[in-house]
Amino acid sequence: MSIVDREVPQFTAAMSSRRRRGGAGLALVGRYAVSLGMGVLVWYLLALKYGPALVSSPAQTAEAAWDLLRDGSLIESVVASGRRILIGWALGVVVGAPLGLVMGRVRIVRQLLDPYIEFFRFIPPIAFVTLAVIWFGLGEASKIVLIFYTSVFIVTINTIAGVLSVNESKLRAASSMGANRRQTLTWVVLPSTVPHIVTGARLAMGNSFLTIVSAEIVAANVGLGALIWQSRNYGRIDWVFVGIITLGVLGFLFDRVLRLVAGKLLARYAVKL
Amino acid sequence: MSVVTQAPGAGAVHAPGPVHGAGMALMDVSISFGDFRAVAGIDLDVRPGEFLCLLGPSGCGKSTLLSAMAGFVPTSSGTLTAEGTPLVGSNRDAGVVFQSSEALFDWLTVRQNVSFGPRMRGASRAEQQRIADEYLSLVGLGHARDKYPPQLSGGMRQRVQIARVLANHPRIVLMDEPFGALDAQTREVLQRELDRIWRTSGCTVVFVTHDIDEAIVLGDRIVVMTAGPAAGIKTVRDVDLPRPRSRTDPAVIALYEELREEIGAEVREALRGQGLEADL
Repeated sequence: MSIVDREVPQFTAAMSSRRRRGGAGLALVGRYAVSLGMGVLVWYLLALKYGPALVSSPAQTAEAAWDLLRDGSLIESVVASGRRILIGWALGVVVGAPLGLVMGRVRIVRQLLDPYIEFFRFIPPIAFVTLAVIWFGLGEASKIVLIFYTSVFIVTINTIAGVLSVNESKLRAASSMGANRRQTLTWVVLPSTVPHIVTGARLAMGNSFLTIVSAEIVAANVGLGALIWQSRNYGRIDWVFVGIITLGVLGFLFDRVLRLVAGKLLARYAVKL
Repeated sequence: MSVVTQAPGAGAVHAPGPVHGAGMALMDVSISFGDFRAVAGIDLDVRPGEFLCLLGPSGCGKSTLLSAMAGFVPTSSGTLTAEGTPLVGSNRDAGVVFQSSEALFDWLTVRQNVSFGPRMRGASRAEQQRIADEYLSLVGLGHARDKYPPQLSGGMRQRVQIARVLANHPRIVLMDEPFGALDAQTREVLQRELDRIWRTSGCTVVFVTHDIDEAIVLGDRIVVMTAGPAAGIKTVRDVDLPRPRSRTDPAVIALYEELREEIGAEVREALRGQGLEADL
């Protein structure tokens, strides 16, 4: 092998560092357990101080969760909310990414749409709850539209940022090799922008979880947001706690799965999560 | 064992059919960005099939001039023709090798990078692979075809860039300090490689460098540029020495000293522009 044939041991290094992380994984799990234990302890002490009317204790919450699990309403809520989030979010990504690609590449489209993006992204979805119900009815559509609304702009804006930061020499190389604008978009701009799209999708997932509760304020019988709102009417603080904790855990799991899938499938697009 | 380690010119070189190098003509060309005048009053003939080096201190506008030849930046005044026709938009005869291997597509394999041009032109999959393999073996990278660019060393990545450009049969290859980011040893090996490839291909090469040695080893002619802004051409030197050239050849050393003298004044000027006084 000549000196110029030497390969960079970068990938191998990355793999062995993953192995090291695996070894350190146990310690990490340990630390998470300690952190969790301390959180539950603080929660327990607060419940002790303020009483069940204000703070449901860990034991009461666990009991309530068990009740809700047994009668199936917790699973039903998780499925209903999860479904709305997934559909609305996926639509947001599917519409936001191409929109961002075109806006990033075609100046006139960017200039025409920019005022609207900049206007709507500051209006929280909760402001649209009433309109969504009036326009899209009491069914699933109104909730999905609200999740879509909260997802689409952030994906679009991240995608535009990605398109605008594509390395100039890549674009020039493509054009000097005879790629036309459409080919450049498909074969160079889109692959270069994938990491930005993934970041946008992750942020959109977070937004979807922030929005699901308001989306289920009105006219939802099932769903984690509905569970939280209805529990208020029944004065069931413990159910509210169950709803909130489930929402947090579900969000954490969705993000983990997204990172895992994107990290595996899109590794060659330099997606770092 | 890769082709790179062979003695220059040794053995049968697997050469693609020779192309006819394209010529270019620049008449009183100036390039400005807003108020900034990068180059001004450039008169230059690029002869078909020659290896032309643009030599000058950093920031003197060599790369800008090359970008104009590629059609990436418009000229502000003067005329720039390729094969007698004024250049409009991207130069279809030209292939460009960039200094940074950022120009490679990291998400494609080495082979897919090299077959990018043929693929864009609608070549069949088999044809794409045949072309890619042909040019990868030309630059001695047949064994790395299924790897991705981030897995390769800097020198290998630049060879991929060269193969990728040649796969489009360009009549003129524009190279912007392609070996500028490499270590000295790799750089020398790649200069020998490029010399070999160029001699078998027949294309024209315009090669930007700030390295005097490199310009002498590779160039048929060396265009020495003045320090910017509003850089122009100081002198044009013919290098009439047999190839492959060696740095230790007395004639190369003598020319080096002459050029060093010539370019020294420009480097001092350039450094003064950056607030540095230098004694060269």
